[in-house]
Amino acid sequence: MTQAEQRGGSRRALVTGASRGIGAAVATRLSHAGHRVALSSRGGAGELAEKLGGADIRADVSTADGVEAAVSAAEEGLGGSVEILVNCAGITNDGLLARMQDEDWEDLLATNLTSVMRTSRRVLRGMMKARWGRIVNVGSVVGAIGNPGQTAYAATKAGIVGFSKALAKEVASRKITVNVVAPGYIETDMTSALSEAQRAVALSQVAMGRFGEPHEVAGAVAYLVSEEASYVSGSVLTVDGGMGAG
Amino acid sequence: MERSEILETVRKLAVETLEVDGDAVVETAVFADDLDADSLDLVELVMALEEAFDISVPEEELEDIETVGQVIDLVQAKLG
Ligand SMILES: NC(=O)c1ccc[n+]([C@@H]2O[C@H](COP(=O)([O-])OP(=O)(O)OC[C@H]3O[C@@H](n4cnc5c(N)ncnc54)[C@H](OP(=O)(O)O)[C@@H]3O)[C@@H](O)[C@H]2O)c1
Repeated sequence: MTQAEQRGGSRRALVTGASRGIGAAVATRLSHAGHRVALSSRGGAGELAEKLGGADIRADVSTADGVEAAVSAAEEGLGGSVEILVNCAGITNDGLLARMQDEDWEDLLATNLTSVMRTSRRVLRGMMKARWGRIVNVGSVVGAIGNPGQTAYAATKAGIVGFSKALAKEVASRKITVNVVAPGYIETDMTSALSEAQRAVALSQVAMGRFGEPHEVAGAVAYLVSEEASYVSGSVLTVDGGMGAG
Repeated sequence: MERSEILETVRKLAVETLEVDGDAVVETAVFADDLDADSLDLVELVMALEEAFDISVPEEELEDIETVGQVIDLVQAKLG
């Protein structure tokens, strides 16, 4: 018996935003844990998907059609309904509220929050039938503590928490858990856009004095989707080097 | 479609999704009491019926449903 089998077997997992950064680390980690993975992004995961033997899905999860296409392709690639859903796809579009356009707000909501509702809704039926499921949504510490220039982003990430808690209660009787992992600053393309000055300010807020690595977030996700986390639902697991502490 | 035909399908799907005894699935059976079904169970059953009969039932129409007979009425109305 492999380790994966001992822990409840190999599951069918869909990771959105899996081509880079945190999502790529999550897909890698779940694959190493013995799960079959489907990796979704707009640009495709290319070599990573090949290396993991996973389905490489190109779809834009900010639209209804894109979500339908992504989940359908995942079901096909995985050979069945999605048992583990990890919503990692996300963007930032920083700017002060005073100068924000309605379209900026709507884009961010569509990509970061509405996508989470749509993917969750789409996979729920299979999970309800199977009487088992794991949904992990990637939030952000910014959703809890705020950050200037990120009103829309913070709103989407706080929205993910409320959504996940409510859904957790709706589907708890079906052994489906819904949780949030809320990272602090993690070394990815998203944070490489920060200027030196912004980076210094960011670092000063982190108790550990460093940015986290994507695999450190993936470890938290791997726990929440595991059999061991069967009694954990509606919770927020913060992975931020002590940034939000106190 | 005959009511009895629809009842047969409802019975089959109720046995699968609600894990109840087929004999308990009669027109007068109340989901919450006789079939021990909660709102999520009912949604699951209706989703299965939508697939089986190729119909679509909006959320609002589920609100007042209490008995198996009402589900049959609903399906019959949809099938026209
Ligand atoms: N990095 C951090 O410090 C940090 C901190 C807290 C929370 N987070 C959250 O963690 C998640 C991942 O962030 P990251 O840092 O790993 O970002 P990243 O390196 O920029 O990766 C984002 C991923 O999402 C995909 N994506 C973006 N928009 C998409 C869309 N509309 N449809 C489908 N896929 C889309 C991207 O692929 P394509 O571009 O090819 O579509 C990529 O795979 C995000 O939700 C982010 O908000 C990050």
